[in-house]
Formats: sequence, C-alpha cells, structure tokens
Amino acid sequence: MADGNGHEPRIVAFLCRWCSYAGADLAGTSRIKYPPNIIPIRVPCSGRVDPAWVMEAFARGADGVFIGGCHPGDCHYVSGNYKARRRVTLLRKLLPQLGIDPRRLRLEWISATEGKRFAEVVTEFVEELKELGPMRAEEAAQDVR
Amino acid sequence: MPPRNPERIRAQKPRIGVFVCHCGHNIAGVVDVKRVAEQLSKYPGVVYATDYEYMCSDPGQELLKKAIREHRLNGVVVAACSPSMHEATFRRAAGEVDLNPYLVECANIREHCSWVHDPGEAATQKAITITRTMVEKVKGNMPLEPVEVSHKEKCLVVGGGIAGIQAALDVAEAGYEVILVEKSPTIGGHMAQLSETFPTLDCSQCILTPKMVEVERHPKIRLLVNSEVEEISGFIGNYRVRIRKKPSYVDPDLCNLCGECEKVCPVRVPNEFDRGLSERGAIYIPFPQAVPSTYTLDEETCLGIKPLICGKCAEVCEPGAIDFDMSEEIIEEEVGAVILATGYDLYETKALPEYSPDDPDVIDPLQFERLLSATGPTRGEIRRPSDGKVPKTVVFIKCAGSRDPELHKPYCSAICCMYTAKHALLYKHAVPDGRAIVFYIDIRAPGKGYEEFIHRVMEEDRVLYIRGKVAKVFREGDKLIVWGVDTLSGQRVEVEADLVVLAMAVVPPKGVEDLARTLRLSCLDENGFLKEAHPKLRPLETLAGGIFIAGAAQGPKDIPQAVTQGSGAAAKAIALLSAPTLTHSPEVAEVDEELCSGCRVCAPLCPYGAITVEETAQVNELLCEGCGTCVAACPSGALSLRNLEDSQVESMVEAALAELSPAREAVEVKGG
Ligand code: FES
Repeated sequence: MADGNGHEPRIVAFLCRWCSYAGADLAGTSRIKYPPNIIPIRVPCSGRVDPAWVMEAFARGADGVFIGGCHPGDCHYVSGNYKARRRVTLLRKLLPQLGIDPRRLRLEWISATEGKRFAEVVTEFVEELKELGPMRAEEAAQDVR
Repeated sequence: MPPRNPERIRAQKPRIGVFVCHCGHNIAGVVDVKRVAEQLSKYPGVVYATDYEYMCSDPGQELLKKAIREHRLNGVVVAACSPSMHEATFRRAAGEVDLNPYLVECANIREHCSWVHDPGEAATQKAITITRTMVEKVKGNMPLEPVEVSHKEKCLVVGGGIAGIQAALDVAEAGYEVILVEKSPTIGGHMAQLSETFPTLDCSQCILTPKMVEVERHPKIRLLVNSEVEEISGFIGNYRVRIRKKPSYVDPDLCNLCGECEKVCPVRVPNEFDRGLSERGAIYIPFPQAVPSTYTLDEETCLGIKPLICGKCAEVCEPGAIDFDMSEEIIEEEVGAVILATGYDLYETKALPEYSPDDPDVIDPLQFERLLSATGPTRGEIRRPSDGKVPKTVVFIKCAGSRDPELHKPYCSAICCMYTAKHALLYKHAVPDGRAIVFYIDIRAPGKGYEEFIHRVMEEDRVLYIRGKVAKVFREGDKLIVWGVDTLSGQRVEVEADLVVLAMAVVPPKGVEDLARTLRLSCLDENGFLKEAHPKLRPLETLAGGIFIAGAAQGPKDIPQAVTQGSGAAAKAIALLSAPTLTHSPEVAEVDEELCSGCRVCAPLCPYGAITVEETAQVNELLCEGCGTCVAACPSGALSLRNLEDSQVESMVEAALAELSPAREAVEVKGG
C-alpha cells in the first residue's frame, strides 16, 4: 500500500438532486460535520452520470469519484438509479485495467432524509482514500510493475 | 469532443457576475467571503464579483439587478445557500432586468460547505472551488424559455364507483365537461352492493344513490356505461381516447322500468350484482336504483340477437324501448386530463381450497353484504345460501389471502378489519341469539371512530374475537367445521358453524393491465395496483402528466379515503384544465439528428415514453422530465440534456480538480 501520510484526497461527487443532493443539504441544515474533501456536482438523476465523466475525473487527478442516488425503487424518474448501478458495475470491472483501484469509485443510495448518513459515508470514503494514498502514487506503482 | 449543437453555442463572450452571500454569520463565520469574491473576480469569464450580507434580501436582489444592468452581465452565479432555497428568487430577479433566468445558478456554499466544515482555509478553498464549478456551468448554459402548450378543457374519468363519481361531480361542478366511462350497465361500483357502512352504519345506497342521480342529471357530465377505454394516447393536456361502447339494446329514454321483459325472458343466469346469490334474465336491471335507470339486454347471455332467436322481451315491451338493431359504438374524444378510478375486485375464494370455497355456505364478504342488504336476494334477512335457514353460528375469517407473502397477497387489504366488525355487528342485530366468531391476526382500525367501533362490537355486541389463523374449513352433515388455533391461549379451537365468511384480499380489477399498457407507462406496482408518481408527495398523480388516480385503483381503500382521493384527483385535474396554458421545464433532452444513428438504445430506457425513433430519435419535450438517463446511454453522443451538457460537466469536473493539475503533469512526465 502506498504511503498516504498527510495526503488530502480530492473527491468529485455527482449527486442526484432529488435524494442525495438533498441529503447533503440536510447534513448542512443539521450541522453534521464531515471532511471538506468533496466537491458536489448536482445532476438530475444518478442515471444522468455518464461513465465518461467518471473517467474524466480520474484523468484529471481525482482520488475518488462518488455517485449518490435515490434508494432502489425511489428514483424520481422511476429507474435511473438501476441504470446507474449497471454502469458502475461495468466501470468497476474496467478500472483495475487502467491501474485504478475500483474502491475509488463509490455508488451510494442516500435519501433526502439521510443527512447523517451522507456525512458518515463521505467521512468513511475520505478515510478509505487516505489509506489508498494519492492516485498518482498508485498509478506510478502500476507503471513500475 | 466536438460541441454538440454548434449553432447553439453562445455567441457572446461570457460576462459573468459572482455574488457571494455572507448569510449573516452562517457563511461569513466560516468562509472568508471577501477572498472568495476576490479569487472569483480573477477567474476567466467573470467580469464582476462582490460579496454582500444577505443576497436574498430586497437590497441584495437590487444589488444583483443593478450589477446585471451596469456590467451587462450575461450570466450570474450567486454563491449562497442551496439552490432549493433561493434559486427561484434569484432567477426571478434576473428576469426582471431581462436576463434569461436559466443563465442564473446558485453555488451551494452554505449547506454543502460552511455548515459542515470548521472555519478556516480548507472551507474557504472549497467555497472557491464550488463557485468556480458553477461559473463553468453558467458559461455553458443557454437562455431557455419554458415550453408552452395549449390543452383541452375536458376530463375523462374511468370508473363509476364512488371515487369516480366524486371526481366527475367535482370536475363538472367547476364547469368543465366530463366523460365518465363505466364498464358495467350502471354506476355505483361496489359501494352500491353494500348494506350499511362502518363505523356510522348509515345505509350505503341511501347515501350513494343521490350522488348517482346527480351524475345522471349533470349537464356537464356525459355518462357512458357498458363502455371501456381502449386506448389513451398523447400527452399532458392533450390526450386522445378511444372508447368502445357495447349496445344495451334498450333505449334508456323509453324504458319505464316496468320489468315485463325480464319476466318473459327464458334465460336464467347468476346475477353479478348479488354475486351469484340470485338469478337474472338476459335482459335485466342490476338493481332498482341503477343509473342510468334502464334495463339492459346482455348479448352474451341472450339466446341470440343477430339473428334474433327469441325476441319475447320486445313483444311485451309497451313503450317499445327494445331495439335489436343497436350496434357497438366507437367514441373518440380529446381530453386534457384523465382520472383513473378503476376500483378493485376481490381475490377469488377458489384460491383458498383449505376453506372449502365450493361449499355454498362459504361466502365472500360482498355476498354477505348482499345477504344483509334490503335490496338483496333475501330482502335483508340473513339466510344461508344452501337451504335458506337462518345461521346460528357465523365464523368470519379475516386476512383470507392477505398478508401472506408466501402463498397469496403480501399486503394488508386495509378494509377487512372494519367491515368484518360491521358484518358481525349487523349479524348480531339481526340474529340476537346467534354466535358471531371472528378469527383475526391483529386488528387495524386507524380511522375516525374506527377503534371505538371495534370496541363496541366486541363489548356491546359480544362478538367473540379469537386471535389466530384458521387451518381448515370442511363440511360435516349440516355443519361447517372450522379448525383453528387461539394463539393467545395456545389452544386448538373447533367451531361448528352454519355460515363462513372469508374476508378476501382486495385485488386490482381485471383489465387494469391493458389500461396501463395503453398508457405506455410502468404504472403498475408489484401487486398490480396503479402506481402513484410519489408515494408521499404525489399520491394522486401518475408519472404521465395529466393522468391522475383515485380510490382503490391505487390500493385498498375505504369509502372516506376513496371519496377524498376522488376530490383530490378532481382538484388536480381542475388545476390543469383551468391553467391558461401549460408550461413545462425546458431543461429536457434533445437530439442532434446529424449524429443520431437511429440505434434505439435510448427509447426503451425512457420511463415516460418520450422518445420515439423513426430514422432518428425524437424527444417529445412535453413528455420528457429531464432525467438524462437516455443522454448517458447514447453511444453516438447525439442526445444532450439542455443546460447540463457533457461539455459543461466536463468543465465543472476540471474546475473541481483544478488545483491538482500541475502535480498531475509532473507525474505524467515521470510516468511517460
Ligand atoms: S432521481 Fe435520484 S437516482 Fe434518479
């Protein structure tokens, strides 16, 4: 494992506006603290998230990419989150071949009432990415091999 | 990636204004707002940046408007609270000074930043980054106009039960034309079959029939009985419907209800209205107060109409109301709104062979209602179907087929606890020396006066409630033997009963799937009921705009709930019909026909049926809700989502990670 001492991971988060974005809002309204490593981008639905965006984020140096959607059955647009899940499953298979640890891509279902959970999940993700160390170090290690 | 709609790329150079809100201490206490504004003022595309105490206040909005004019801004980012709070406020303000509202965005530096982080450099950095991503988004936003569409001022109501009746009357009272379609020969639905209603015990027909008559008399309501909706197509405000109306062979205006026709009819078939407890002729009236009040000749059971075999009824019909030349009609209508009030059926007793469903004295709850009803086959005297004797012991089995995920229906049918209590009470009133025994799993009585009613039945009317399931019902001579367990005492129970009433599960009516299919919607839930757009916040709407649901079509409901929903759906329909024009968000998907290969990946992904594919895909912007699922799936990049184009998101991602870029180049050099 790469040495991640002092490294602050950078995360891009695609949050669906109906559930996860609103869940993040609620974390704010409830003043639940979590680390500032995440930059949210509001999307209508997790189904809107194009796998190319995820790759773009990694290519630009994101240490982690987070996709937040509504719980299964709750997608505002009926089934966008199922499509997101399928795409993420495929992406996770693809990532190792590019030297990217699949744990760097997270898909979570967070409802508009789960502010606390949003904070917890982000905190946990940041911890995990710290352990994984900076993205570059990992890629470099891959190159050496 | 090449720009998708080159002709739509904004010709003007971006002149973006950034307004950083202090929100009192809420933001300024954590984030260095001055630095955010100062940093953003140097950001490409930004021509003006400032900070202010409360952007949402009147002076804050004035500041915004003034800056838009003075600096000729063509885009605005307000770095403040969540867009769910004040996006509309700032967009409206911008619109007042002729900046297209869709060029205004909020950067959420309160809920997503100052409220969740400690004061200091990291929070300020994050606020700067979030604001930059929104500047990137605004750079790619196009000015948009809400899509406007005209609509028809007519409403279709499908189903003439109490929910549909209520909906039709409310819409008609508001002055709009209503077409009420009912598949049977009369309106009234199941409520017309009931004897008395819980918990007040008012007579069901007495409270229902005046409403039925009101429907018949209402100048704004066109009532079509013996009719079914074959097809609904179109979109919100503009649905085309095709209705098939079976001939009744009787002119309702001439029929004087003398009943001579039925007397001479040689046919005898089970009467559906009495659930087979009585017989009717091929020409019949379901019940005396039927609306429309006319006899109907049922061609399925008649000996023959084309060619005519018997014709006796016409011979005795004095007013000459019978017309064998009537034929099926196809009625086409255009409506603005549709209310689906298709009601329910009962799960068939046949599904529970352990309860001897073929025994004539094992009946369903609507049959028991008919036995209780003054207009029923026994004129309201409780007599068992097999031999007409008054039953001295009646066993009621609740949750028959409900709450049984392994074998039957997983859900609670919601009304059985209450009507069973009512049945037991009415039985005890009619046969004071009889025994009423209720087997139950538990008792659910969450309605006004419901719990009190149950107590009254248990305590005043001394109905015996046994907590436990019944394993078996079988005949032994004159008696029905009921084997059950009392789970409170752990004892086996055996009862010798004269009549057994199975409180069967409430299920969706036959034919509802066909209706759902014609709507091209995934609009049935896992149990086959119509599915609401949102279980909490949009319970009367379907995912198709302008199509509403009311009553038991959506799931088991009692009368007050069905009526409430009928009125609720009517209010929704009236709001739509009375709007001068309909508007729809323009932030929807669109197709670049040059790029589209017509591969059809997108169409089946759309939950709204908004995409049709001929040569190339076409998006109906009125049906599209803007989820973008099709866009993410399009392999040729032909689909895009207005104001959330891939290129915009890519720039946002770049801005989100901007500080990392130099480091990345270094690694690339090394790695390469
Ligand atoms: S709207 Fe939240 S996942 Fe689709």
